[in-house]
Amino acid sequence: MAVAAQPAVALHGVSVRFGVHTAVENVDLRVGDGEFVAVVGPTGCGKSTLLNVVSGLMPRFEGSVDVLGRPARGLNAQVGYLFQQDALMPWKTALDNVAIGLVFRGVRLHEARERARPWLDKVGLSRFAEYYPHQLSGGMRKRVALAQVLILSPRIVLMDEPFSALDVQTRQLMENELLRLWQEDRKSVLFITHDLEEAISLSDRTIVFSAGPGARPVGDYPIPLPRPRDVAEVRLTQDFLAIHQEIWHQLRGEVMKTYES
Amino acid sequence: MSPKPRVLAYQLTVLVVTLGLWSGLVRSGLVDAFFFPKPLDIAERVIQWFASGKIYHNLEVTLIEVVLAYVIGTALGVISGLWLALSPTASQVFDPYIKAANSIPRVILAPIFTLWFGLGILSKVALGVTLVYFIAFFNVYQGVREVNPVVLANARVLGAGKRHLLQHVYLPSAATWIISSLRVSIGFAVIGAVVGEYLGAAAGIGYLISHAEGMFDTVGVFAGMVVLGFFVMVLDVAVTLIERRLMRWRPDNEAQSRR
Repeated sequence: MAVAAQPAVALHGVSVRFGVHTAVENVDLRVGDGEFVAVVGPTGCGKSTLLNVVSGLMPRFEGSVDVLGRPARGLNAQVGYLFQQDALMPWKTALDNVAIGLVFRGVRLHEARERARPWLDKVGLSRFAEYYPHQLSGGMRKRVALAQVLILSPRIVLMDEPFSALDVQTRQLMENELLRLWQEDRKSVLFITHDLEEAISLSDRTIVFSAGPGARPVGDYPIPLPRPRDVAEVRLTQDFLAIHQEIWHQLRGEVMKTYES
Repeated sequence: MSPKPRVLAYQLTVLVVTLGLWSGLVRSGLVDAFFFPKPLDIAERVIQWFASGKIYHNLEVTLIEVVLAYVIGTALGVISGLWLALSPTASQVFDPYIKAANSIPRVILAPIFTLWFGLGILSKVALGVTLVYFIAFFNVYQGVREVNPVVLANARVLGAGKRHLLQHVYLPSAATWIISSLRVSIGFAVIGAVVGEYLGAAAGIGYLISHAEGMFDTVGVFAGMVVLGFFVMVLDVAVTLIERRLMRWRPDNEAQSRR
């Protein structure tokens, strides 16, 4: 894998304050081109805030953010964002939800729908094109959301605990699905989670965040597990367990801090 | 849609008992038939109106007034509701005026509208519009203000511009509120039309009732009320059908239509 000269995302000294509360403080973070980076940390440590900064949804922060070598300014068409909560438009069918990003970018509705169909196929939902979000299960909705983001072929995908609301089995299916899609054209991914196993099994590099307030990265671990991976099987390997133990040792300390405070 | 047989049986019982009691009281002389005409007489009058065809023109006039008042009132409410919800400054400026205007009892306006627009359909439509407008306005305002922030953020990240957000996020979200207020709005449109006719008109159900009152014809007054009741029930069924058609994407409506 060729290491690109410029990282997909680079944060320098980023701090975000809400009034007196400091969500994240002095964060330096890089996501290489085509790299899958996972961020783990105790819940409520302000990890989601980082994604809002990178995506351009949160314009007020200190420090600098470069996206694909340029200072981030507002929303960026190269950046996709998979939200933690349901973000599909409940009044649109699965097909139209996938097609809508293309429509926003000036593609005619008819053509957008035609291009959305193969994406529904890719996430295994071609039979559910005309279903509304409330008629789909949580896992199906996430798959629609994934197709909705990927159809625009962003070079960077931000994911905010996207699978946290799913049951364990569905979750592993979705993780494998994500890896399969990612393997096709290696986008740069910044994946936020509070689940260390998920972080290790998916990522090339896992970053541990300290407990909030004023959260910042305190550990950076390369994950040299071979790809393609099966998230269920990889968890049983010795290598995985060794990495897990190493990172958990540090993460546990941070989690304990949130309990004690 | 159709109520359970048991409920239907109870409903019929309530009707029969009420009408029976009423008939009995009138027949026994405890209640004066001049003030409370016999149900049978009222039914006869209603049938006579339909048989002679006299009622159709009046129904038509009232229906046109109701529909026009609803459409115009809702359209104005949607436009101004969207504008104020998306422009905080405008909303702050107009807030006291809207509250003040909404506090005016609309019946007071009826004679003025008659002066402005004459005795025809227009003055009734105007009265209905003043009633429907505020319902639509407040619902759209609420609907836009309460757009799910995650859906909104997602649409923006997906590249939606201002116009796209209006078309694909704000309006559909407000539509939920508009449609859920459809029933109330139509009710107010009916009130506007009938009160307007009652206070001065040449046709319509309100006119029929007012005309009968002028002749001390209580049978006619009650018959008018019965016709009005049926008229509203038919409108209600139509509204339910429209609601279901437009709100297919909403979970609770789905459950309703499956029942």
